[in-house]
Amino acid sequence: MKENNSSVKSLPFGEVRRGQYTISVFTEDQIGLLNRVSIIFTRRHINIESIAASESEVKGIHRYTIVISEDEELVKKVVKQLEKQVDVVGAFYHTNDELVFQEIALYKLPSTLIVSDGAVERIIRSHNARILAFEKEFTIIEKTGHKEETQLLFDELNPYGILEFVRSGRVAITKPMKQLKEYLKELEIASLNN
Amino acid sequence: MELTKIQEFDLNRTTMVTGSEAVVKCLVEEGVDIIFGYPGGAIMPVYDALYDYQNEVKHILTRHEQGAIHAAQGYARSSGRVGVCLATSGPGATNLITGIADAQIDSTPLVCITGQVHSHLLGTDAFQETDVVGISMPVTKWNCQVTKAEDIPAAIAKAFYVAQSGRPGPVLVDITKDAQFGEFEFEYEKCQQVRSYVAKPIINKDKLKEAAELINQAKKPLVVFGQGVILARAEEEFKTVIEKAGLPSAWTIMGSSALPTNHDLNVGMLGMHGNYAPNVLTNQCDVLIAVGMRFDDRVTGNLEKYAKQAKVVHFEIDPAEIDKNVNTDVAVLGDCKESLSLLLPLLKENNHANWLNEFYRLRDVELSKVINAETNPKSGELTMGEVMRRVNTHTEGKAIVVTDVGQHQMIACRYAEFQQSKSMITSGGLGTMGFCLPAAIGAKMGMPKKQVIAVVGDGGFQMTIQELGTIFQTKVEVKILLLNNQFLGMVRQWQDLFFDKRYSATEMVNPDFQTIAKGYGIASKQIKERELLNDAIKEMIEHKGSYLLEVMVGKENNVFPMVPTGCSVSDIRLE
Repeated sequence: MKENNSSVKSLPFGEVRRGQYTISVFTEDQIGLLNRVSIIFTRRHINIESIAASESEVKGIHRYTIVISEDEELVKKVVKQLEKQVDVVGAFYHTNDELVFQEIALYKLPSTLIVSDGAVERIIRSHNARILAFEKEFTIIEKTGHKEETQLLFDELNPYGILEFVRSGRVAITKPMKQLKEYLKELEIASLNN
Repeated sequence: MELTKIQEFDLNRTTMVTGSEAVVKCLVEEGVDIIFGYPGGAIMPVYDALYDYQNEVKHILTRHEQGAIHAAQGYARSSGRVGVCLATSGPGATNLITGIADAQIDSTPLVCITGQVHSHLLGTDAFQETDVVGISMPVTKWNCQVTKAEDIPAAIAKAFYVAQSGRPGPVLVDITKDAQFGEFEFEYEKCQQVRSYVAKPIINKDKLKEAAELINQAKKPLVVFGQGVILARAEEEFKTVIEKAGLPSAWTIMGSSALPTNHDLNVGMLGMHGNYAPNVLTNQCDVLIAVGMRFDDRVTGNLEKYAKQAKVVHFEIDPAEIDKNVNTDVAVLGDCKESLSLLLPLLKENNHANWLNEFYRLRDVELSKVINAETNPKSGELTMGEVMRRVNTHTEGKAIVVTDVGQHQMIACRYAEFQQSKSMITSGGLGTMGFCLPAAIGAKMGMPKKQVIAVVGDGGFQMTIQELGTIFQTKVEVKILLLNNQFLGMVRQWQDLFFDKRYSATEMVNPDFQTIAKGYGIASKQIKERELLNDAIKEMIEHKGSYLLEVMVGKENNVFPMVPTGCSVSDIRLE
C-alpha cells in the first residue's frame, strides 16, 4: 500500500501466522486487470478460495475481494505485488475479525420434495433461508451468510437431493473507517511525485 | 468575427491523421530517433507511415524480433533512454517475449509496439492472431490493447511515462490493424501522472535519520549496491556518501560500473561467482546497507545464512522489494538520488581503515589462489580471464562491455575494468543466452562515440548469430570477442561439479566462425596462442568497423570462486 495501513503489522522474524486473509484490491476500470491481478497469485502458486468483483462507491473504481489461506508474511508480499501494478489503485489485506463479510448461496430442489416432505420445509425455516422462485418442477432457495452457514444448509438438504448449488465469492467491508475517497486524494498527491 | 478566427486557429492546430501515422508522430513527440523492429502483416500500416518519417525516426531492421528487443535493451542500457521496438502480431509479438521478460527482471525501460489483427477478428484464431496482451501480462510493467485510432496518443503517452518513471520496465501497446487505419484529429500531450501509480515514494525523513544513525554507529559497515544507482543517475551522490562515511562497497552485476573499478572503496563483486572478500565479509559486517538492489538469490546464496548478524538498511524505490527476500531494520523508500543526497549531511566522516583492510587482506587471498592464475597464466591453454586482462589494457576502462550468459559473462563481470557508469551491459536476472550480439548493436547505437565490445561464448553467439546481418546492413561498429571453449561452459561446469562429469548435451560441434564472419563482410581472426593475444586484441580495438576476434580458450576451465547453490555466501569456494 502507498501508506502503511493499520492492518499491516509486522511479525517477529520467523513467526508464521497461517490463516484466512481477505484481500481487497481497488483498480481502475480496464480490460484485462482481473488477469493481471490473478497472475500475482498464480505466480506464487496460491489458490484463490473465492473472488468477487464489482464497482465500488467511487465511480470508475472497481473492487476485487479475494480470499486466500496463507502465511501472513506471504500475504503481505502478495499485497505489495498487487499494489505495484500500475492500474491498481490500492490493495489491502484483513483478517476475518477486521471485516463484516457475507456470501450468498442458491439451492435448486425438486418442488415435490418441499410439498411432500415437511422435514425439508423445517430445515429451510430453521436456517432462515428464503424461497426465491417456486415453479412446478423446481424451487430455488437463497441463503446468505458465512460459508459455514451456507455449507450447513447444503449438508442438511443434500440427503434429500439437491439439483443444483452455487455459492458466490465473499464480499467484505472493513471495519476501519478510512474512506476510499480520502485515500484517492492522498494518492492523487503522491502520484504527482515523479 | 472573433469566433471564426478561433475556429480557424483550431483547424490549423489539429490535423486528421491515420492511427499508423499517429504512432510515428507520438514517437517523434517523445524524442525517439531510433527504433528496432521487423515488419509483418498487422504492423504494415505503421511501417508505411515510417517511410515518410525516415529523417526523424531511424528504423533498424534486425534479423529476428528477439534481436530487435535485445537491441532496444542494449540501447536503453547504454544511453539511459527508453528503447523502442516494433513487431507484427502473432509470431512477431511472441518473439519479443524473452526480451520483455529480460527487461522486466532487469528494470529496463522499453516501449514495445505490436500490430494486431482487425478488432472484429479478435478471438477468432485469425491469421497471425495471438493474445499478446495476455501473454505479456506477467512480464510487462504495464500493457494495453488499442482498438480505436483516437486512443493511440494517450496509450503511447502513458506507455512512455510508465516505462521510464519510478522503477523502469518494459511496456507493450498492442494496436489492431483497424486502429492503425482509422483517422482522427491528432493531438499529443505527454503523460505526467497516472493517479493509481506512485512513481517515486516520498522519502520519510525519520527513516533517513534512523538509517544515518545505524551507519554512523557501525564499526563494520558494508554497502551492497545494484543497478538502482545507475537507473537513478545517482553515481555521484553514491560515491560522495561512501567516501564521506568510509563505506566499503560491493556490487551486484547489474550495479557493475556505477563505481569505478579502481576506487579504493570498491571491494568487488557480490554473489555466486563474485569476489571472495565481499561474500565472506557479508557474514561479518555489523550494518549491511543495500542501495538499489533486490537481494537476488544469485547474490545472497542461502537466505537462512545471509548476514544474520547484521542490521539491514535498504534504500529502494520499489516498496515490493522491501522485506521480499531479506528482512530490513530500516527501509528508506524513494529514489536513491534524492535519498542519498538527503543522507549525506546526516553522516559522520569516517574511514573504517581496519575493517577495509580486512577486504584487502581477503582480496590478496583471492589474488594468489584464483585471480593470478586466471588472468596471468604462464603456460597451458588460454584462459578467459587473461583475455579480459588484455582487453582492459587496451580499453583503459572506457569501453562498454556487453556480455552474453555463462562462464564468459562471469569472467567479464569479474575482470572487466570500468571508469564510467553504464558500461557493463549484461542479462542479469533472466540470464538470457543470445542477449549479447543484438544488445551490443543497440548499445553502440545508443552511445555511438564509445567503443562497444561484445564478449560472447560460442553457445550464446549462435542463439542470435543472425544479427551479424544487422551489423552488415547498418555498418554499426561492434567488436565481437568470441571466447570459444566448444562447450556450453557453465552448464558443463555444473555437470563437472554436481553431476559426476556427465556432460549431457553440452559439447558443441561448431561451424567455422571465420567463414561466417567473412560472409557478413566482417573482419575477423582466430587465435589459439598466448603470444598472439595482446596484438590480436589491439588490432580488434583499433580496427575501423566491426570485427570478430575468436579466441580458442581452455575447454574445461571452471569459474571460481563459487558459492554452490544452497550454501552460505561465506562458504564461497576458491577451488
